[in-house]
Amino acid sequence: MSSKPSILESINPTADTSIQMKARLGEVDASMRQPAMLFLVSAVFWLLAGTVLAIITAIKATNPEFLGTTEWLTFGRVRTAHLNAMIFGWGNNVIFAVAPWIMGRLSRARIRHTNILLTAGIFWNIAVTIGIFGILRGDMVGVEWLEMPAYATPFVIITYALIGVWVVIAFRWRQSDHVYVSQWYILAAFFWLPWLYTIAQIMLIFEPANGVVQSLTNWWFAHNVLGLWLTPIGIATAYYLIPKVLGRPIHSYYLSVVGFWALALFYNWAGVHHLIGGPVPAWVISAGTVASVMMIIPVVVTAINHHLTVVGLHKEGWASPTIRFVVFGAINYTVVSLFGSAMALRHVNEVTHFTHFTVGHAHHGVYAFFTMIMFGAVYYMMPRLLEREWRNAFLIKVHWWMCGLGILLMVVALQIGGWIQGLQMNALDADGVPVYTFLQTVENTKPWLWLRSMSGLMILVGHLAFAINVFWMIFSPRTRDQVTQPTLLTPVTEEA
Amino acid sequence: MKSLPLIFLGVFFTLAFSYTGIVLTSHFQMKDLTPVTAELVDGNDQPLAGRNFLVNGVTVKNTEGMTAYPLALVGEAQRGKAVYEQMGCLYCHSQQVRRKGFGSDFERGWGNRQSVPRDYIEQERVMLGTMRTGPDLTNVGARYPELWQYQHLYNPQITSPGSTMPPYSFLFEVQKINELTGPAAEALELPEQYHPGAGYEVVPTQRAKDLVAYLLNLSQDYELPEIKFTLE
Repeated sequence: MSSKPSILESINPTADTSIQMKARLGEVDASMRQPAMLFLVSAVFWLLAGTVLAIITAIKATNPEFLGTTEWLTFGRVRTAHLNAMIFGWGNNVIFAVAPWIMGRLSRARIRHTNILLTAGIFWNIAVTIGIFGILRGDMVGVEWLEMPAYATPFVIITYALIGVWVVIAFRWRQSDHVYVSQWYILAAFFWLPWLYTIAQIMLIFEPANGVVQSLTNWWFAHNVLGLWLTPIGIATAYYLIPKVLGRPIHSYYLSVVGFWALALFYNWAGVHHLIGGPVPAWVISAGTVASVMMIIPVVVTAINHHLTVVGLHKEGWASPTIRFVVFGAINYTVVSLFGSAMALRHVNEVTHFTHFTVGHAHHGVYAFFTMIMFGAVYYMMPRLLEREWRNAFLIKVHWWMCGLGILLMVVALQIGGWIQGLQMNALDADGVPVYTFLQTVENTKPWLWLRSMSGLMILVGHLAFAINVFWMIFSPRTRDQVTQPTLLTPVTEEA
Repeated sequence: MKSLPLIFLGVFFTLAFSYTGIVLTSHFQMKDLTPVTAELVDGNDQPLAGRNFLVNGVTVKNTEGMTAYPLALVGEAQRGKAVYEQMGCLYCHSQQVRRKGFGSDFERGWGNRQSVPRDYIEQERVMLGTMRTGPDLTNVGARYPELWQYQHLYNPQITSPGSTMPPYSFLFEVQKINELTGPAAEALELPEQYHPGAGYEVVPTQRAKDLVAYLLNLSQDYELPEIKFTLE
């Protein structure tokens, strides 16, 4: 380890274990109880809704006749409703539950005026509901990731601002002397998203830019929702929970600084790799490709920091549902990001572009990385907010195995199927005639898409187990003692 | 790294940097694009050709009597684009042809030249697309006739067996054939197994007509000063 012990100690959220500190954290938890539970319950509902929409979409991808005569559920709309339900419904709600809570805890600052947060949360969910209803109804905007109709988006922005401001306030009036790496990421993410969203709304919906500048703005925005919103929150949560549960400081402070600024600098530029080969200036594509490859730096740095903190504590980690989910997510962050850098190379992109490989990649990032870490955070947070333990370890295991194996199956199926699809699309014989007709390539993707539907059913089972456990816990009586230890699936034998 | 203003500034400038680079710079690079004829003349009516048509200090103007491309959509086709957008066609179909040698766009007959930024300047909503679950549609209007488009929308299996495209039969109406006036002029010709039965006919709704008008208008079958047709 390259850093000084004093700094290590100072940034370690587990270092100060005094009673006073625990009481302070208890106060923060108490202040966040109502808003966090509102966001969490909304997130779980959106997760289930999004999963059902996903399965309808997946079945339609192989069997277009399925619900084929219902205009509201035509493929293009139900797929888009799924994406928006997952990003703005599940993703943002769970972030609004977890991120302010982590920020509050690390800043030792209670979240005040939670009635504003509660009201904004209710209106946020109404706005997202109207937006998704609009998509299904046929008012959708043909811009990827910005499909919600213009009558919903201003409310999305306003309610977001009323929620996000509390994160900044908690940091600004923090009681702690030290600033931990998770706080940078959360703070940055909460600044980035509203700017991105507002600029994209103006340049694409309210005052559309000229020609393909729209496409460039679109992918600058859409990829940055992943890179500058979901990713920093996922990384911040992993940075908070891994040391917290395992009781070991993060590997290196200096690496975390490098990782943060490298991500801030490079991720911004990466999005245009979605337009490789398209009618946009070649220099923009080159810049995007370079930035995508440079992303290796923050990814490897973060990987070292996350994984070396866990090394040697696998047994303890396996016993904790939080660590299982978070480490699964952290490993997948490393893998999916390295895949992403490779996919931005022109020759790899020539195969993967326009195929199901990219769909697999998107689910790898948003689900196997981000969502799994958020599950881990919920397993840690809820006992502390509600002062009671998880009701059923079996349901946690079902959730873990079904979602873990389900998403791996989905990513593998879509990426193998997508790679084959790309090769067959591009294959030319000696005379320059395509070897496979288009319909043959479609036919050959069907078995892989069918596997994807199976993986979706596995994930649905996992989500149902999760939802049952969440509501069981909410409706069960409070236990006498405050929860001070991480939830464990199996008793850990004490080491000497 | 403890200071809020410092983190804020860093966060601000990183985003401003990419916004300036990707969005603003391309905007300034492309904002002066206008529709042009395949041939341009300079101030002395001398033809300018090839990639050098933008000569500094020379007034470049379109050749008289020739159509300037790209054309803007009007009427039914313009409304049809809204239907295309509302149905989410863009999630399976791209509207961009890549150059010969990169992918197989050219060999599949999806276009006879690469798409360039000027092709899109008349579009209020640019839908380049990022998936090809279905084929590219840049030139679909030039590749298939009207009847094919209607049949394909009504049920893709009619024209493309094994296709995974959803049927858009809800854009059509099944009605009883009027006994006095006979079958409607716009009634759809259908193979027997897809036909609603004797005495009935399938007619497109206005939305189906708009959508087909849009699809028939999808074509980049023209040359521009900066891009000529790719030869075999």
